[in-house]
Amino acid sequence: MAEPHVPHPDLPPPASAVGALGWLRRNLFSSPLNIALTALALYLLVTLIPPLLRWALLDATWSGEDRAACRVNSGACWTFIRVHFDQFLYGFYPEAQRWRVNAVVLFLIFGAVPLFLRSVPDSLKLRWGLGLLLAFPVVAFLLLRGGLGLPVVDTSSWGGLLLTLVIAGVGMTAALPLGVLLALGRRSDMPAIQTLCVTFIEFWRGVPLITVLFMSSVMLPLFLPAGMNFDKLLRALIGVTLFQAAYMAEVVRGGLQAIPKGQIEAAAALGLGYWKSMLLIVLPQALKLVIPGIVNTFIALFKDTSLVLIIGLFDLMNIVHNATTNPEWLGFSTEGYVFAAAVYWLFCFGMSRYSQKLEKRLHTGHKR
Amino acid sequence: MSEAAPAPARAPLSDQVMIDMQGVHKWYGAFHVLKDINLTVHKGERIVICGPSGSGKSTTIRCINHLEEYQRGQIVVDGQALTNDVKQIERIRREVGMVFQHFNLFPHLTVLENCTLAPIWVRKLPRQEAEEIAMRYLKRVKIPEQAGKYPGQLSGGQQQRVAIARSLCMNPKIMLFDEPTSALDPEMIKEVLDTMVALAEDGMTMLCVTHEMGFAKTIAHRVIFMDGGEIIEQNSPQEFFSNPRSDRTKLFLSQILRH
Ligand SMILES: Nc1ncnc2c1ncn2[C@@H]1O[C@H](COP(=O)(O)OP(=O)(O)O)[C@@H](O)[C@H]1O
Ligand SMILES: [Mg+2]
Repeated sequence: MAEPHVPHPDLPPPASAVGALGWLRRNLFSSPLNIALTALALYLLVTLIPPLLRWALLDATWSGEDRAACRVNSGACWTFIRVHFDQFLYGFYPEAQRWRVNAVVLFLIFGAVPLFLRSVPDSLKLRWGLGLLLAFPVVAFLLLRGGLGLPVVDTSSWGGLLLTLVIAGVGMTAALPLGVLLALGRRSDMPAIQTLCVTFIEFWRGVPLITVLFMSSVMLPLFLPAGMNFDKLLRALIGVTLFQAAYMAEVVRGGLQAIPKGQIEAAAALGLGYWKSMLLIVLPQALKLVIPGIVNTFIALFKDTSLVLIIGLFDLMNIVHNATTNPEWLGFSTEGYVFAAAVYWLFCFGMSRYSQKLEKRLHTGHKR
Repeated sequence: MSEAAPAPARAPLSDQVMIDMQGVHKWYGAFHVLKDINLTVHKGERIVICGPSGSGKSTTIRCINHLEEYQRGQIVVDGQALTNDVKQIERIRREVGMVFQHFNLFPHLTVLENCTLAPIWVRKLPRQEAEEIAMRYLKRVKIPEQAGKYPGQLSGGQQQRVAIARSLCMNPKIMLFDEPTSALDPEMIKEVLDTMVALAEDGMTMLCVTHEMGFAKTIAHRVIFMDGGEIIEQNSPQEFFSNPRSDRTKLFLSQILRH
C-alpha cells in the first residue's frame, strides 16, 4: 500500500528578511561600499537641506507689492512671483477676458472627469473621450480666440502658462495620431507610401527644433505669396507638431514591431480588413506597450515648448524671463526660474505618474 | 483519446465541393514550397493532413484563406474563386475559420470580446446578439464561466478552446486547424481534441493538420500525407495506416507511431 504524502507546511520567512530592520540592512548597509554611500548621502542631505529650507521658506518674503518689501529678509522674494502671477498664467491676455481662459480649463476638467472614474465602463469612456477630443478644440478655440459675439483676442497676446499648455496640448493631440499614421506607413507594403513616410520621418528627426521654429517664422514667409501671412502661433504649432510626430512615429513603430505576426493573421483569418485589424487589434496592444515611450515624447515636447521664446512668443519661460528683466524687479531671476522649473516639473511629473497608473490598469495578465 | 466515442458517420458525403485547389504552386523567393497541389474537399468532409516538419502542410491550408499568396494554379472556396481582390478575400475569410498552433487570441480583449469582435465588426451583428452567440459557443467548448477573463489568465487548453469558439462565432462553413494541439501540455490535448470531435459530429467541413493519429482514425474521411511540398499519398484512414503505399509514408508512420 502506498504511504500517504504529508505536505510540507508553509514556514514564515526568516526575521532578517522582513520588517524595517531587514529593509535597512538590505538596502542601506548591505556592504562596506553601501555603508559608505549611505553616509555620503546623509552628509549631503544635512549640508544642503537646511540652507535650502532657509532660503525658500524661513527667510523668504511673501508680502508687499514691490521690490522694497524684499530688502528686509535674506531669503527668496516670492513677492516677485505673487505680483506677476496672473501674468505668468495668462501672458498679455486682456484682464477683462481672462474668465474665458478659466472657462476653457473648467470645461476640460469637468469634461475629463468621467474618463478618470472607475465606475464608468471602458466602452463609454472611449466614446466620451473621442467626443471630448472633437468638441474641446472647437470650444477652446472659440473661447480663447473669440468670435460669435466674443471680442477677438489676437494670439499675439496669448502667453504664459496658457500659451505653453496650448502649444503642448495641440502638439500632443496632433503628433500622436500623425505619428501613428507615419509608423503604419513606414511598415506599409506599398513602396510609395513607405518611402514618403521614411523621408518625412528622417527629415524632421534630422533637424533641431530651433531650426524648425526659425524656419517657420523667418523663412516660411519668404516662400509664401506676398500678403498671405498666417498666424505666428499657428506656424509654431505646425512646426512643433510635425517635429514631434516624427519622434512619435518611431516610438509607435517600436510597439508595432513587438506585436507577433500571429495577431495580424488571426485578425485577417476572421475577415477583418487592414484598418479594422490595425485599430482593433494591433494598435491597442502596440500603444499600450509603448506608453513609457509616448509619455517620454510628451514630456520632451512639453519642455521643448519653451524654445518658442526664440521666435518671440511669450510662453511661460519667456514671460518669466521677461519679468526678470523688468527694471523695477531686477535681481530676482533665481526666484523666477525656480518658479518656472517648479511648474514644468509639476506637469511633467504628473504625466509620468498618470502613465504609470495607466500602464498598471491596462495590464491584462501575462502574455504567451 | 476518445476510442469509446462512436465514430461520427462518415458516409454519405454531399457532392457539393467546398474547396477546390487545382495545380497550386507556391515559391518563397526561389524556394519551391508547394508543388502542384490538387485537392478537392466536399461539404462535411474531414481531412487530416500529416507529414514531416517543413513539408508545406501549414502553407497549403494557409493558401485556402489567403494568409499566403500562391503563384500558380487556382483555388475555389465555396464557389468563389480566390483572387487577389481584397474584398473577395475578406468575403471568403468570413466563411473559413482558422485555429492556430499558438492560439493567437487577442490578449487585450476578454474571452467574450475575443469571440464577439468579428461578428460585430465584420458581420455587423448588434452587440447583444453577438454576445448571445458567443456564450452559446463558449458553452459548447465548455468554458462559459471564463467569458470575463483575459486569455493570459487561462491554461493553454482553455485558450485553444476559446480560439475554436472565436472562429465558430463567425458561423464558418469550413474550419482549418493548423496543429491545434502541438503547443499543449499532454493533459490538455484531450480537451481540445474532444471539442474537435464534437465539431466533426455536427458535420463541419474540416481540414486539420495534426499528428494525432488516433484523432485521424476516429474522424477523418481522408488522410493526406505531404512531403517536400507535394501530396505524396491520400487515402481513407484504414487504408492509410494499415496499408501505406509509398516508402516515405511508411517511414513517416513508423517514426510517429513508435512513440
Ligand atoms: N515566410 C517564409 N519564407 C521562406 N520560407 C518559408 C516561409 N514560411 C515557411 N517557409 C518554408 O516553407 C516550408 C514549408 O513550411 P510549412 O508549410 O510551415 O511546413 P509545415 O507546416 O509542413 O511544417 C518550410 O521549409 C519552411 O522553412
Ligand atoms: Mg506548420
